[in-house]
Amino acid sequence: MNFLLEPLTYQFMQRGLLASVIVGVLCAVMGTYVVLRGMAFLGDAMAHAILPGVAIAYIFKGDLLIGAGVAAIAVALIIGLFSKGGAVKEDTAIGIMFAAALSLGVALISTMQTYAVDLSHILFGNVLGVSPSDLWLIGGLSFAILLTVGLLFKPFLVISFDPVLAATLRLPAELLRNLMLVLLALTVVVSLQTVGVSLAAAMLVTPAATAYLLTRRLLPMMLVSAVVGALSSIIGLYLSYYFNIVSGSAIVLTATLFFLLAFLWKRFRGA
Amino acid sequence: MTHTPHRLEVENASIGYGEKIIMRDLSFQVPHGARVAVVGPNGAGKSTLFKALVGILPLQSGRILIHGESLGTHKDCVAYIPQREDVDWRFPVTVSDVVMMGRFGQMGWLNRASKMDKQLVRKSMEQMGIADLAERSIGQLSGGQQQRAFLARAIAQEPHILLMDEPFTGVDVTTQETTLNLLDHLRDQHVTAIVSTHDLNLAASRFDLVLLLNHKLIAFGTPQEVFVKENLSQAFGNSLLVMENGMMLVDECCPPDEQFAHHEHTEAK
Repeated sequence: MNFLLEPLTYQFMQRGLLASVIVGVLCAVMGTYVVLRGMAFLGDAMAHAILPGVAIAYIFKGDLLIGAGVAAIAVALIIGLFSKGGAVKEDTAIGIMFAAALSLGVALISTMQTYAVDLSHILFGNVLGVSPSDLWLIGGLSFAILLTVGLLFKPFLVISFDPVLAATLRLPAELLRNLMLVLLALTVVVSLQTVGVSLAAAMLVTPAATAYLLTRRLLPMMLVSAVVGALSSIIGLYLSYYFNIVSGSAIVLTATLFFLLAFLWKRFRGA
Repeated sequence: MTHTPHRLEVENASIGYGEKIIMRDLSFQVPHGARVAVVGPNGAGKSTLFKALVGILPLQSGRILIHGESLGTHKDCVAYIPQREDVDWRFPVTVSDVVMMGRFGQMGWLNRASKMDKQLVRKSMEQMGIADLAERSIGQLSGGQQQRAFLARAIAQEPHILLMDEPFTGVDVTTQETTLNLLDHLRDQHVTAIVSTHDLNLAASRFDLVLLLNHKLIAFGTPQEVFVKENLSQAFGNSLLVMENGMMLVDECCPPDEQFAHHEHTEAK
């Protein structure tokens, strides 16, 4: 018991744990759409695309989350613009933005004095550096995103499963798709602090893919995904504390272990 | 249903993708409750017309009126059986989830399903003979069962107009029979059914009206009026073979995504 409680005597650990669990659940729920709609590449690109925003905010001593948020939404909308009406395929548009934003971000960061440390925090997260105001922002944004997903559960289900039905029901499919991109962008921004840019994509995909193997309806899939995301965050953080591993890596590796177990379970059950 | 007149009107509609016009200056009127077969050679624009009727493809010119009001004013009075490739079969939904989607338009996006919604879903599944599959994943079903699940959804939607794109191709006999029975049942309920098919015999025997297309309207009327030599040769061109005893043979290969070719024919009047 002491083994579990000891880390929690530190306030930064309490905040870190709370932030990771919130982010774990949020990524897992949004990840359900990422997995089902085949947006894994987009999620990855989005995560890297916020780098220039973070860098600019850092240089001008602004709030990193706000910088990241502006960059992420800009990138989501630019991708939508490039691929609208089939000018170029969506994955091509994503590829272009992904590479351009990552390069710009690294270029900006390389002008800083403390290049190496800052880059590693941005890339892999710094969960133990979560301040009380960060926690409020993470909590507030996550609540808003999850509430939106809850309210739009049925429209999102229809545009994902059967776009033609969405058209006959007169759903504003284009608007909903863009909204989903914005929600995804915000999710990536929120996960910046805990797992970092390069591992956010894994937190979007891995718990949701695990849940996909274990369930056969959308709502259960989301719930199982959320549980896997939360457990991975908790276990990962304890591993990070006791074995002195980077927290983002520990969380993602735990989630990957859950995926492997689900995969093997499904394989040997013959289902 | 207090709207008058009860009908579907297409007026001078031109439909296409960007510069490319696939259907030119199409006009026809369907009285309420009629069963219309849409026939024509491959690539004649049948699916394009359906997409316009659903509202996915905007008209280049002209207009489509349902009950005298333009397309889009009604929320969900048009139900559509999607083509196989439009649906993600690996999506985690059960058969009853799919059928329940038919109720979404009427229950409101924020409300939970009412008792009536659930009853309607169950009744629709029973009518299509898939009630015992209700809790199965949609991806586990056979092609015919999947089509019946979507038909059940269309019934649950309580539409005024039902559109079906090639429901008789590539499905088992049970599904064909269930689909035909459904057409009879829909007529009793005054639901207009518009069905595209390659099977000219079926079009002649089971439908009130036939819409013969080849990038434009060739003929529209009862099967007896439409299936005459002039119309068919205009629509099918060289694929039409007229025999000495008056029998006509349409040699038409299936759409490209189908595996084996077959022939369809019809008797001349």
